[in-house]
Amino acid sequence: MDFFLQLLVNGVCVGLLYGISAMGFVMIFKASSVLNFAHGELLALGAFFFLSLVTWGKIPIAASFLLTLAGCFILGFLIEKFFLRPLIGEKLIFVIMLTVGLSAMFKGLILLIWGGNLHTYPEFLPPSLEIHLGSIYIAPVYSATLVISVIFLVLFGLFFKKSSQGIFMRSVADNQKAALSLGVHVRRVFALSWAIAAMVACMSGIVLGIINGVNVHDLSAIGLKVFPVVILGGLDSIGGAIIGGIIIGLLETFTGGYLSPSLRDVVPYIVLVFILMVKPYGLFGLVEIERV
Amino acid sequence: MGDILLQLNNISVVYSNVIQVLKGVSLTVERGHIVSLLGSNGAGKTTTLKAISGLLKPENGEVTDGDIICNGVNIQNQAPEFITRQGIIQVLEGRQPFKYLTIEENLRVGTATRPGKPYKQDLELVYHYFPALVQRKKALAGYCSGGELQMLVIGRALMAHPQLLMLDEPSLGLAPLVVQEIFRIIRKINEEHATTIVLVEQNANMALQVAHYGYVMENGKIVMEGTSQELSDNPDVKEFYLGMAASGVTKSYKDVKAYRRRKRWL
Repeated sequence: MDFFLQLLVNGVCVGLLYGISAMGFVMIFKASSVLNFAHGELLALGAFFFLSLVTWGKIPIAASFLLTLAGCFILGFLIEKFFLRPLIGEKLIFVIMLTVGLSAMFKGLILLIWGGNLHTYPEFLPPSLEIHLGSIYIAPVYSATLVISVIFLVLFGLFFKKSSQGIFMRSVADNQKAALSLGVHVRRVFALSWAIAAMVACMSGIVLGIINGVNVHDLSAIGLKVFPVVILGGLDSIGGAIIGGIIIGLLETFTGGYLSPSLRDVVPYIVLVFILMVKPYGLFGLVEIERV
Repeated sequence: MGDILLQLNNISVVYSNVIQVLKGVSLTVERGHIVSLLGSNGAGKTTTLKAISGLLKPENGEVTDGDIICNGVNIQNQAPEFITRQGIIQVLEGRQPFKYLTIEENLRVGTATRPGKPYKQDLELVYHYFPALVQRKKALAGYCSGGELQMLVIGRALMAHPQLLMLDEPSLGLAPLVVQEIFRIIRKINEEHATTIVLVEQNANMALQVAHYGYVMENGKIVMEGTSQELSDNPDVKEFYLGMAASGVTKSYKDVKAYRRRKRWL
C-alpha cells in the first residue's frame, strides 16, 4: 500500500510536469495549428541555460531560474519572428517541417556547446522541502515540482480567464477571422504563444533535469512525450493536456514500479492506442459546438 | 454634401490575381449617416466591405486600382490591425462569435484596438442597448440563439468605439420581430452616438427604412444610387428588391426578361 501511494505521488508530480510542458505545445497548436517538433529541444535548452547560469555563472538559484524563464520567453519570441513569421500563409506542412529542422538545429547547438554527456546540477533544494506523510516520503524535488506546477497552473488559469491578452489569445484560437475583424493583433498572438510555450517547456526542462540529470538526448526524448500526452488529452484542450500528463506520468511510474523499469517508456503508448480506439479525439478533445 | 467620412474612388478588387470581383466601385459615406448597400448575391457587397476593412488579404484578395480614403487617410490594402485602429469595424456576415468564449469575454475582445484601457463603461453601454445579453453574460456564445448572437457581434463591435460600423447582413436568418428589434437598435446607435453605419442587406425593405442613402450593386459595379426615398420610389428597385410589381399586376416571366434587358442600361 505504501509503495502504491509512493508511486502515486511521484507519478502525479512527474505527470504534472509533462502536462505543463504539453500545455505549451497545445497553445501553439491552438493558436496557429502548428505541431512543434522542436518542443523537446526547447525543453533541453532550458535545462542547459539553467545549468550554465548555475555552474558557470555562479548566479544564485532563484535568480538563475527566473533568468532562464525570461531568456526562454524571449527565445520563443525570436523563433517565431525569424523562423515562423516568414512562413505565414504557406502550407502548414512546410511550417511543421521547419520545426523538425529547428529541432535538429537546436540539438546540434546543444551538442556543440555542452556536449553529449550527462551533467548534474549541484544539490540546492533545501532538505526542509522533504515531506513525510505517515510512511510516504516525498523527495524535495518532487514537492518542489508540485509547488511550481500548481503556481504555473494558477497563473495560466488567471491569465487566460481574466487578462485581456489571454482572452485575445483564446479568441484567435476560436475564430481567427472574427478576431482579425476586431483588430486583434494575430501575429502578436502567435509570437506570444511561442514565447509562453518556450517558457513552460524550459521550466519543465529544468525540473526534469533536477530529477534525471541533464542530457540532451534524454531531455529531447522526454520532450517528445508531449505527443502521447496531448493526443490522450485532446490536441486542442489545455486542461486535457494537464490531465493527459498526469495519466501518462502515473502509467509510467506504476509500470516502472510494478512491472519493469525498462517497460516504463512503452506502456503509455500502448494505453494510448487503446484510448484512441475508443475516443479518437482524445479524452478531452473539444467537442465542436455546432449550431445549425 | 456634408462632411465626408469615407470615400471609395473607382476601386477594383481581384482575388488570387485572376478573379475580378469589383470593377470600379465609387461611393461616399457622409459622417453620421446610415448608408445601405443593396444588391443580389454575388454583386460584390461583402467584397466592398472587406476591401474597406482590410479583410481581403487573408482571403488572397487585393485592391488593384483606385483608392479608399477614410478621414483623409489612405487605407486601401492596409492590414486590418491598422484599419480597425482608424475606427473602422466590420461585423462579419453569419455572426461569427467566439464560440468557446462567454458572452462577456466575446465583448472584451472588442477592446483589442485599445488594450489596457478601461472597458467597464462600454460593457454597461452594450448591456443597455442589448438587455437580452445581461442574463447570458456567463454563457458560452456557442450555446446562444441566433438573435442573441447578432446582438452580441454588434455589441462586440461597439466595444471598439467605431466611427464607422459596417454591418454585413444583420438580418440573416432571424425572425421578423428580432430583425425589427435589431434595426431599431441600429438606428438608435446611429442617433445617440453619431456612429456612421454602412449596412449591407438582402432585406431591402428594412434597410431602406433606416438608411439615409443607398447604393445598388450589380456584378461588381454600382448601378444606382440615391436617398432612401428616391430608391424606394424607383420602379426597378420596387420591383426587384422590394418585391412589388410596379403596376400591381401579377408578374409573368416575360416581364422579368424585360427587366434583364433594362438592367444593362443602368
